[in-house]
Amino acid sequence: MSDSTVSQSRRTFLKRSVTASGFTLGVALLPATRGHAMFANAPESDNFAPNVFISFADDGKVEITCHRSEMGQQVRTSIPQIMMEELGADWQQVTIKQATGDAKYGDQNTDGSRSVRRNFQRLREAGATAALMLCTAAAKGWQVDPYECVTENHFVVHKPTGRKVPFADVVGVAAKLPVPKQGDLKLKARDNWTQIGKAVPSVDLTGMTTGTAVYGQDIVMDNMLYAVIQRPPVLFSSIKSSNQAEVKKMAGVVDVIDMPGASAPALFNPLGGIAVLATNTWLAWQACNALKTEWQTSDNASYNSDDYQQALLDNAAKPGEVVRKLGDFAQATTDAAKVVDASYYAPHLAQAPMEPPAATAVVTADSAEIWACVQSPQTARQQVAGALKMPVENVTINVTLLGGGFGRKAKPDFAVEAALLAKQAGRPVKVVWRREDDIKHGYYHSVSGQRLSATLDADNQVTGWYHKTVFPPISSTFNPAANKPSDGELDLGHLDTPFDVPNLQLERGEANAHVRIGWMRSVANVYHAFAKESFVAELAHQTEVDHKDFLLQLIGKDRHIDFAASNAKYGNYGDDLNEYPVDTARLKNVINKVTDMADWDKREQQGRFLGLAAHRSFLSYSAAVIEVKVNSRGEWTIPKAWIAIDAGTVVNPDHVKAQCEGGLIYGISCAIGQITALNGEVTQSNFHDYLVARMPQTPVSIDVEIIETEALPGGVGEPPTPPAAPALANALFAATGQRFRNLPIPLNIKTA
Amino acid sequence: MKVTINKQEFDYQGDPSMPLLWFIRDELKMTGTKYSCGMALCGACTVHLDGEPTRSCQLPMAAIGDKAVTTIEGLSEDGSHPVQQAWREHNVPQCGYCQSGQMMQAASLVNKQKPVTDEQIESHMSGNICRCGTYPRIRAAVKSAAESIAVKVTE
Repeated sequence: MSDSTVSQSRRTFLKRSVTASGFTLGVALLPATRGHAMFANAPESDNFAPNVFISFADDGKVEITCHRSEMGQQVRTSIPQIMMEELGADWQQVTIKQATGDAKYGDQNTDGSRSVRRNFQRLREAGATAALMLCTAAAKGWQVDPYECVTENHFVVHKPTGRKVPFADVVGVAAKLPVPKQGDLKLKARDNWTQIGKAVPSVDLTGMTTGTAVYGQDIVMDNMLYAVIQRPPVLFSSIKSSNQAEVKKMAGVVDVIDMPGASAPALFNPLGGIAVLATNTWLAWQACNALKTEWQTSDNASYNSDDYQQALLDNAAKPGEVVRKLGDFAQATTDAAKVVDASYYAPHLAQAPMEPPAATAVVTADSAEIWACVQSPQTARQQVAGALKMPVENVTINVTLLGGGFGRKAKPDFAVEAALLAKQAGRPVKVVWRREDDIKHGYYHSVSGQRLSATLDADNQVTGWYHKTVFPPISSTFNPAANKPSDGELDLGHLDTPFDVPNLQLERGEANAHVRIGWMRSVANVYHAFAKESFVAELAHQTEVDHKDFLLQLIGKDRHIDFAASNAKYGNYGDDLNEYPVDTARLKNVINKVTDMADWDKREQQGRFLGLAAHRSFLSYSAAVIEVKVNSRGEWTIPKAWIAIDAGTVVNPDHVKAQCEGGLIYGISCAIGQITALNGEVTQSNFHDYLVARMPQTPVSIDVEIIETEALPGGVGEPPTPPAAPALANALFAATGQRFRNLPIPLNIKTA
Repeated sequence: MKVTINKQEFDYQGDPSMPLLWFIRDELKMTGTKYSCGMALCGACTVHLDGEPTRSCQLPMAAIGDKAVTTIEGLSEDGSHPVQQAWREHNVPQCGYCQSGQMMQAASLVNKQKPVTDEQIESHMSGNICRCGTYPRIRAAVKSAAESIAVKVTE
């Protein structure tokens, strides 16, 4: 098409269109029908009708609103990318706006690896709605059928004649059209996709490589004070006395404020303590260090990790509450030629995002505005409104980039702190969490003790499988009486044990929480996969069967797990089991794939030490092989790792690859880190004593394979993590014969 | 005292023991240099001091003297330093928070030594933590940045 044709069209359209003042498209689509089962006790925000907003300026430029928080998963690219598939816009003419916390967007709680799968269909429809309206506007001008038109590269094109018109010339007409019904939309056939499945570069790359990207810690305002808070060392202990008056006289200190005391349930409330407000972070920090505070005692001061570990393991060894049962495990034990059992322990962990929590608040008599790195801006809005006793409508939550979240920033206690302090200070306040605050006052990944037992017949066939899990639940943060693994947590790698055995018994046991327990990337899947996949390797070793073959046989024939047959109700991450069955064929497929990639069958003749683990989580299937080398001093390294993921339909393969690399490495951190407590106080404080993987502990290279499938999208951000720790433990066993059943695994295993 | 940051001179009258990080972030409002640990354990706050990678969270203002400070904002005028380009080519950042420090650390290696070996990269970068686990891409990006500089030098 020549330029003159375009000009001709533009003139025609300008004549016909009323003044274009831009049109904003509010697309109300499917109602939210799927609750987030796992966190039913948490203040939740899942009940809003989903809406997605695409808006056009007069000049045809598009603003796409991303309603999910960016924390490294590239959601600010993938969410628009889904809409772009149908919208037919030019990325160069699109800007991405970050949504504030508002029910009108539908659920915004960015956790559970569900941003893509829960929005995939409705975001395509949102894009298609806009596209159909643009086509209808153009078709009016051309006097043709709108369904003969398509949107491409920021033009509406009439397919039969090749005529085209830029978006700019039709937005005015489109703005006046009724919003089409869902049934009128004709989504592109999968074969015609040009965006979904493409490695579109991330929209924030320039900002992130030039230092201009803005995170919660980076908010700067005129007249702003910086707050650092000394929080109670033991959960729910309160201030007995302190030298606030003395500290208030220190250089740069503007105010010293006692925070409201905290008590159970912890919820998303601030922890209390004493806040120092100063003219910069350093001065606030120094003054905070000068606080000499005596604290009242708290029941949680009894918490000692060593004793607690023993109690968990003792409890795991006793009969518990049966949550899923098939056949008769007790009888299988009696009949067995051999019974193998083992106990596993995994300590608390801190999410430790590189950016410690931070929030900035401006509060007036009847309004509050917050800038914060929150995963769930609607929850933050509710919490801030509650704390300030203000209607939620008067609270605005601006979501910055998150310097990592991993579940920590789903709890907006830090936003509430900023709001309370800004109200009292009467000027903007930024609350800066130090790394020490983050490590010592977290919402910790739970500590767990597990007992596994398997019965074998004379032919070394597994006839029975027993798994008891004991840990203080996340629900204890919302209900102090909650003292056993919740159903939602059992669903994460325990209740959904995929093994084909005639006698199966899964149990849970009671454990009380003494710190705030919260979700962390992959949640209970991390310790469940560690125990389950380590134990499979132990059984394979005992029966002298290759681990891969043993695992495949244990999973058994291709089938969808029938939970009803064992009288169990499986939550399945809030999704329908008919749509997202627990499919053993897909699990076996990633195991076969990853072992092929790693040349598993030749490992012994090649003198390589490999460990394997596989796990279904967040409706996706992942399997990893880790290779280790152990030097004469006992230090291990990982020359190479392989991971295969079946996450159903993927939006951006490079993002999925990045999540597989990073998720696996996060899982290695889960194997080497630990949070412990002594007399109720968390022992660790910073990266010198809370170990996370650095480059030398991570694979020199990671090969990733994404299974090509037309299955529905599954989760991506979390599924790569659970196989890491057991694959590492299994590899170390292969290399040294040392079996690590209790995490953490030391960096030097000779000292273990 | 006078300090030179990104070729610009600034006057500082406050506590000489305050680490440079807070002068950059809170006083100059240049937020590209990040706080993460405050104990020189993670590298997120890395700047160059006369070209040497330095943890600004542990560098008192009084210790800067007449050395030139370069932050991520001053690494290049337009984001075109070979390390920044390589970071984009390899899609290194996930959350991006540690990446200013990672790039400053990497730039100090490739600016003076090319090409670099895998071992040199690992030993040079092991003080920088990334919780998103971008290490495999960092390794690859440092390597290609070093190669691109080597190419320019020989051209």
